[in-house]
Amino acid sequence: MNLDARIPAGPLSEKWDRHRFDLKLVNPANRRKFEIIVVGAGLAGASAAATLGELGYNVKCFCIQDSPRRGHSIAAQGGINAAKNYQNDGDSVYRLFFDTIKGGDFRAREANVYRLAQLSTAIIDQCVAQGVPFAREYGGLLANRSFGGAQVSRTFYARGQTGQQLLLGAYGALMRQVHLGKVTMFPRKEMMDLVVVDGRARGIVVRDMVTGRFDSHSAHAVVLATGGYGNVYFLSTNAMASNVSATWRACKRGAGFGNPGFVQIHPTCIPVHGDYQSKLTLMSESLRNDGRVWVPLHPGDKRAPTQIPDADRDYFLERKYPAFGNLVPRDVASRNAKEQCDAGKGVGETGLAVYLDFADAIKRDGTGTIRKKYGNLFDMYEKITGENPMTTPMMIFPAVHYTMGGLWVDYNLMSTIPGLFVLGEANFSDHGANRLGASALMQGLADGYFIIPNTIGGYLAQGGFSAVATDHAEFKGCLESATERIRQLLRIRGKRTVDDFHRELGLLMWDKCGMSRNEKGLREALQKIPEIRAEFWENVMVPGEEANINQSLERASRVADYLEFAELMVMDALERRESCGGHFREESQTGNNEALRDDANYAHVAVWEYAGPGKPPMLHKEPLIFEECELCERCYT
Amino acid sequence: MKTISLNLRIWRQKGPGATGEFRNYETGPLSTDMSFLEMLDVLNEHLTLEGEEPVAFDHDCREGICGMCGAVVNGRPHGPQSRTTLCQLHLRQFHNGDTIVIEPFRAEAFKPLRDLMVDRSAFDGIIQNGGYVSVNTGGAPDANALPIPQRAAEQALDASECIGCGACVAACPNASAMLFVGAKVSHLALLPQGQPERNRRVINMVRKMDELGFGNCRNERECERVCPKGVTIRNIARLNREFLRAAFLSEEE
Repeated sequence: MNLDARIPAGPLSEKWDRHRFDLKLVNPANRRKFEIIVVGAGLAGASAAATLGELGYNVKCFCIQDSPRRGHSIAAQGGINAAKNYQNDGDSVYRLFFDTIKGGDFRAREANVYRLAQLSTAIIDQCVAQGVPFAREYGGLLANRSFGGAQVSRTFYARGQTGQQLLLGAYGALMRQVHLGKVTMFPRKEMMDLVVVDGRARGIVVRDMVTGRFDSHSAHAVVLATGGYGNVYFLSTNAMASNVSATWRACKRGAGFGNPGFVQIHPTCIPVHGDYQSKLTLMSESLRNDGRVWVPLHPGDKRAPTQIPDADRDYFLERKYPAFGNLVPRDVASRNAKEQCDAGKGVGETGLAVYLDFADAIKRDGTGTIRKKYGNLFDMYEKITGENPMTTPMMIFPAVHYTMGGLWVDYNLMSTIPGLFVLGEANFSDHGANRLGASALMQGLADGYFIIPNTIGGYLAQGGFSAVATDHAEFKGCLESATERIRQLLRIRGKRTVDDFHRELGLLMWDKCGMSRNEKGLREALQKIPEIRAEFWENVMVPGEEANINQSLERASRVADYLEFAELMVMDALERRESCGGHFREESQTGNNEALRDDANYAHVAVWEYAGPGKPPMLHKEPLIFEECELCERCYT
Repeated sequence: MKTISLNLRIWRQKGPGATGEFRNYETGPLSTDMSFLEMLDVLNEHLTLEGEEPVAFDHDCREGICGMCGAVVNGRPHGPQSRTTLCQLHLRQFHNGDTIVIEPFRAEAFKPLRDLMVDRSAFDGIIQNGGYVSVNTGGAPDANALPIPQRAAEQALDASECIGCGACVAACPNASAMLFVGAKVSHLALLPQGQPERNRRVINMVRKMDELGFGNCRNERECERVCPKGVTIRNIARLNREFLRAAFLSEEE
């Protein structure tokens, strides 16, 4: 497997400029001769499809929702980072770059991250030009707030729904291209396979989720922007339909998968309250700007939170990390909450929660100010729990939120399959072992608006494309195998539901490959996953028929993929015998229970190559070379 | 943990052309902390094991923002709680023994697909006809080069909060989409970025809305009552003003 990252030569700050000059261009008149498939219509997919349409390519964009306005980017609450330094508080491209590298615990590529920081400012300009209604000061200029893991105010936001407003901007741009005839939209279509011809990605097979019909589409290049795989845990903050299927199928067709074990557990989610629960809801981490996290000082203190005096409370983040306090990065905050609960200080009915208290902020700033800042989040909390955070502290607990791992890509965002590009959360690239708050929206839009429109041209301009249509033998083969797999799922007619299997897998992954991991647990998971998978293929009950809307069938197909992919995650977590970012190996910690990296042995991207059914995947390594940043302990005290 | 049992009357329809009917289901005891869609999940698990096909319903984020879910619950789109999507509705809003009638959003422009699912792609069709600012990527001026009064930005955001769920259409006796269209027209008319296309946008979007079979507004105000994001009919008033202004005072056709 060739893992040449194709990082341009020259000083860090000039690499992207030089690279754009070195890339070949496609003549504007020739662009209409190229077909590009974009799978996914969240921030990365919609921005890519729209921009590629603007450039003159013929774009087909596929999504599983009924409309491209619904991708799960829409649920991002807190904001989007950009190194504008509008607040004059010492921010710069270099600082955003450094914060992101450090926040990712030195497991991301310097050149990619620097480019991300450079492009961050253009994203804000673009979104404002589209009419995205960001928060503003009275003077009419843009407002900023500080966000988890940063000591500067560089986060742009639109109340608690920044993702929605940014996605509606990209969706508008996409709809404009649909109107102009440059993009064709294919909603309610699920990608079932990637078609590779002569070693290049040349198309996809999709299933129409309304009619059940299978179809093939050919193109000169395929762009995957299909999001992350957090739903492998069953319970996560992801949308119900978020899945690993597209990227996993691509992996099975030869694309290397980078760092599949890197998962972000978000510290501020509403705790689990019942075994019927279908998903977990995130409460924006912007709440940590004003909320104080605490647990009772003494284990077993069952008094109501308002009855516990300050002297009997432990504000454990402020105590342990005086410089960052409640604003420590997500992985640190999550692990500390778990530590408190493990020590018996957890609160609520289950003991799996900590308090997030706004009483002091309300005393300081007044009810009006706090409501204005967080009103919609408080309303959401109250709808779900029936409690009002203005009068009683919120209860929060960590939940699976984002996956830093994804398909390996080079500097051009191209996977190990030529012609297959991967954007947004679906790739592994910029966040290392831990993503900082408000950086996902930034990365999705940098990839879609500004990087892929340049780099895909460089690929297409190289030419050498043979004429490939959907009657090609490879297309027929993929179509047949995808159809047969769906029929097989329907033939089983066993005794357990799809969700039942999914829940079992999710619980196992949460226990053994969740917030903290150890060799024994990971090995147990490696034993157990194939057993669940085998039972699934013998005993799952998928009702209904092939040629109609069949949501159980859709879920079954995705869970079947999770049952394969989960094994890869566990292998990756087992292989990496160090702690870094969200990946905490109990065997590798400092005296204060902080993550202990092993740079001598693990300063690399672990890239897994699929080797065929029943065979162990092969591990390849892309060494990470730090020329700019000095590897240091990630210290937030 | 408090539990309640419910009698569900759910619209079942196998496909677009098929005849539909209400079917009754009794639930066992359910926690009042459960969400409405989790109740349907539990029902579907039972139906699957009993050999009946589960109820098809659209849903995705389950945090009230994607706009994918929605059904008419006891005559009201998204159910009894104001400013709440169906996925954020919880069973503590109901009482033990309640009968709950659940049916799809019905409108001429929303074709039924299956059970509670309908086709709302007409909304995309309207947005395609002008629900954006026509700027290509690249070359935008510095974001702070264009100061915008905070109040205008906040009002634009009030309108732009629309999640495109279609509850307004389902609630309207005329199946009008004017709250949806008014929200987008208002969002962009309130901002300086929307000015260059202000006239053609409103004319084209209204024309498309009419063409797709949505009815007209008769000031019933049902739409704003059920809107989960609290989009008000001021946006319809603004849509009317914008339309008249464009029709009489501009050179747009």
